Amino acid sequence: MAAVTLLSATGITRDFGGLRAVDQVDFELPEGQIRALIGPNGAGKTTFVNLLCGRLAPSAGRIVFAGEDVTRLPAHARIARGMAYTFQITSIFAALSLYDNVALAAQRRLAAGEGLGAAVAAALGRVGLAGRADQTAGDLSYGHQRLLEIAMGLAQRPRLLILDEPTQGLSDAEIEDFIALIRSVARDATILLIEHNMDVVMTLAERITVMDFGAVLAEGTPGEIKADRAVRIAYLGG
Amino acid sequence: MSGATRKGVVLHLGVVALLAGLQFVLPAYHHGNLARVMVLASFALGYNVMFGYTGLLSLGHAMFFAAGLYGMGLAMRHLGLPALPALALGVLCGAALAALVGLLALRTAGVAFMIVTLMFAQTGYLTILYFGAFTRGDEGFVIPRAARRIGALDLSEPTTRYFAALLLLGLCLFATLALVRSSTGRVLIAIRENEDRARMLGYDVFRYKLLAMVISGAMAGAAGAAYGLLFGYVGATFASVQYSIFPLLWVLLGGAGTVLGPLVGTLFMFYLIDLSSGFTSAYMLIAGVALVLLTLFAPRGLMGLVRARLVPWLP
Ligand SMILES: Nc1ncnc2c1ncn2[C@@H]1O[C@H](COP(=O)(O)OP(=O)(O)OP(=O)(O)O)[C@@H](O)[C@H]1O
Ligand SMILES: [Mg+2]
Repeated sequence: MAAVTLLSATGITRDFGGLRAVDQVDFELPEGQIRALIGPNGAGKTTFVNLLCGRLAPSAGRIVFAGEDVTRLPAHARIARGMAYTFQITSIFAALSLYDNVALAAQRRLAAGEGLGAAVAAALGRVGLAGRADQTAGDLSYGHQRLLEIAMGLAQRPRLLILDEPTQGLSDAEIEDFIALIRSVARDATILLIEHNMDVVMTLAERITVMDFGAVLAEGTPGEIKADRAVRIAYLGG
Repeated sequence: MSGATRKGVVLHLGVVALLAGLQFVLPAYHHGNLARVMVLASFALGYNVMFGYTGLLSLGHAMFFAAGLYGMGLAMRHLGLPALPALALGVLCGAALAALVGLLALRTAGVAFMIVTLMFAQTGYLTILYFGAFTRGDEGFVIPRAARRIGALDLSEPTTRYFAALLLLGLCLFATLALVRSSTGRVLIAIRENEDRARMLGYDVFRYKLLAMVISGAMAGAAGAAYGLLFGYVGATFASVQYSIFPLLWVLLGGAGTVLGPLVGTLFMFYLIDLSSGFTSAYMLIAGVALVLLTLFAPRGLMGLVRARLVPWLP
C-alpha cells in the first residue's frame, strides 16, 4: 500500500541576515511514518521544523500539509489543522498547574470542555506524570518538564507530532518509557523526531533524514544511513 | 461545579451581601463614597481583564470610561434619550471603541502598545475639548435630576444609587469570575504567561486579545455611563490621562489577576487619599509613601498577598 503524503516541503529556505540556516530543502513525509531528523549542532533542524509549523516564515519555498498549501497560514492555523510542536527549549506555562498546561493543549479539540478532565488525566498518565495535576509546572524537575511538554503534544491528538530533542534531560529508564510511548502514539499519528541520542533514533525511526549546513545531506533507512560515508564523516565521526 | 469554583462563587456572593448590608449601617458620607468606589471598581475590574488576566498594559483606559460617560451623556442631552437606553448605548460605545482601538493597537506589543493606547486616549481627550460647543469641554455638563430615572427608580436618591452601583459591581465581579473560570479565560491567562506557547497550541492570540479588550472596554464603558447617571455630571477630566493611570494603580494595589483585587485596590486608595487629606494638605505625599511601601512589600497587591499566604484557591 503506497502511503499518502501528509507533509511536503519544496525549496524551503530561511535566511537570518547573512546566514542561510535552511537552504532549499525538499522534504516529504508519508502519513503514519516515524521519521528522525538528525544532524550536527547548528545544522538547521530546529529552524527547519519551525518553518514547517509556522513559527518562522520561510524566505522561499512551499509547504503542503494534508493536501493544503499552508505556506501563508499563521502558526495557530497550522496547529489547528493537526500539527503539534514540542519545543527544544522547554516552553511550558511555568506559573500554571500541570492540569491547566495540559488542558490548554486538549480543550481546543473538545466541544465545550466535555471530557476535559479525563483527557488531561490520560495525557499525564501516558508520560508518567499521573497524580500530579495540581502541582505547579515550574516546580517540576527539568526532566519532568520535558515529559509535560510531550504530554501537551499528545493531548492535542495531532496528525503530525513534531518533537524537538524530547529525550534531552531524561534518565535511561525514562528514555525506555519514551520509546514505548512514541511507538504507541505512532499508531494514529505521524512523527517527526529531532534527536541526538542515536540509540533512540536507530530504535524508533523508519526513515532518517540527515541535515548539515542547512541542506539535506542524506535520507534513508537506519541501515542505509549507518552505512553512508558522507554521513559518517559529517556526523557520526568517521 | 468544582470545589474551587463553588468556593469562589460563595466568596463573591458574600462580598456582595456584605456591601448590601453596609448600606443600612453606614453614615451618609461613607455611603455616598462607597457608591462611588463601587462604580470606579467596576472600571478597575474591566482594566483587570486586560491587564491582570491577559497581560496587556494599556495606558489609555480613560478613553473607554469616557466613551461610556459621553455616549450616555450626549445621547441624553442632545437626543433626549431616556436613562436606560442611554446606559446601554454607553456600554456599546465603550465596547465599540475598544474593538476599534484594539484592531490597530494590538498590532504592537509591550511598550509600543502602552504608547499607542496613551496616544489614542489623548486624541479622545482633545477631541472632547475640540468639540466644546457640543460637549461643553472642560466645564462639562450636568444631567438634570429629573432625567436620571429608570422607571420608578430615582437614581439620584442615595439608597437607589447605592444599590444601582452594587448591581453594576456585582455584574462585573461575576462576569470576571465566569470568564476566568472558563476555557476562554484559561487561554487569556496562557497568553499572559507565555504568548508564543499559546500560539503554538493553536490559539489565535490576536483574536483572544481583541476579545479581552472588548470585554474590558464594555465594563469601562458601563462604569463611565453609570458614573454619569448616578452622580449627574459629565466632564472632560474623566477622559484625561489621570483616569488612565488610576485603574492601573487600583489594580496593582489590589492585586492584578485576582477577581477581588480591583475592588480592594479602589477602596484602599480612595480612603487613603480621603483620610490623609483630612489632616494634611500634603496628602498626596502620604498616599505616595503608602503606595511605595505596598509595592515593596506586596508586589502582587493586597489580594495577591492573600492568595500567596492564606487562600491559594482565590480566583
Ligand atoms: N533566530 C535566529 N537568528 C539568527 N540566527 C539563528 C536563529 N535561529 C537559528 N539561527 C542560526 O541558524 C543555524 C541553525 O540553527 P538551528 O537551531 O536550526 O540548528 P539545530 O540543527 O536545531 O541545532 P541544535 O542541534 O544545536 O539544536 C545556527 O547557525 C543558528 O545559530
Ligand atoms: Mg535545535
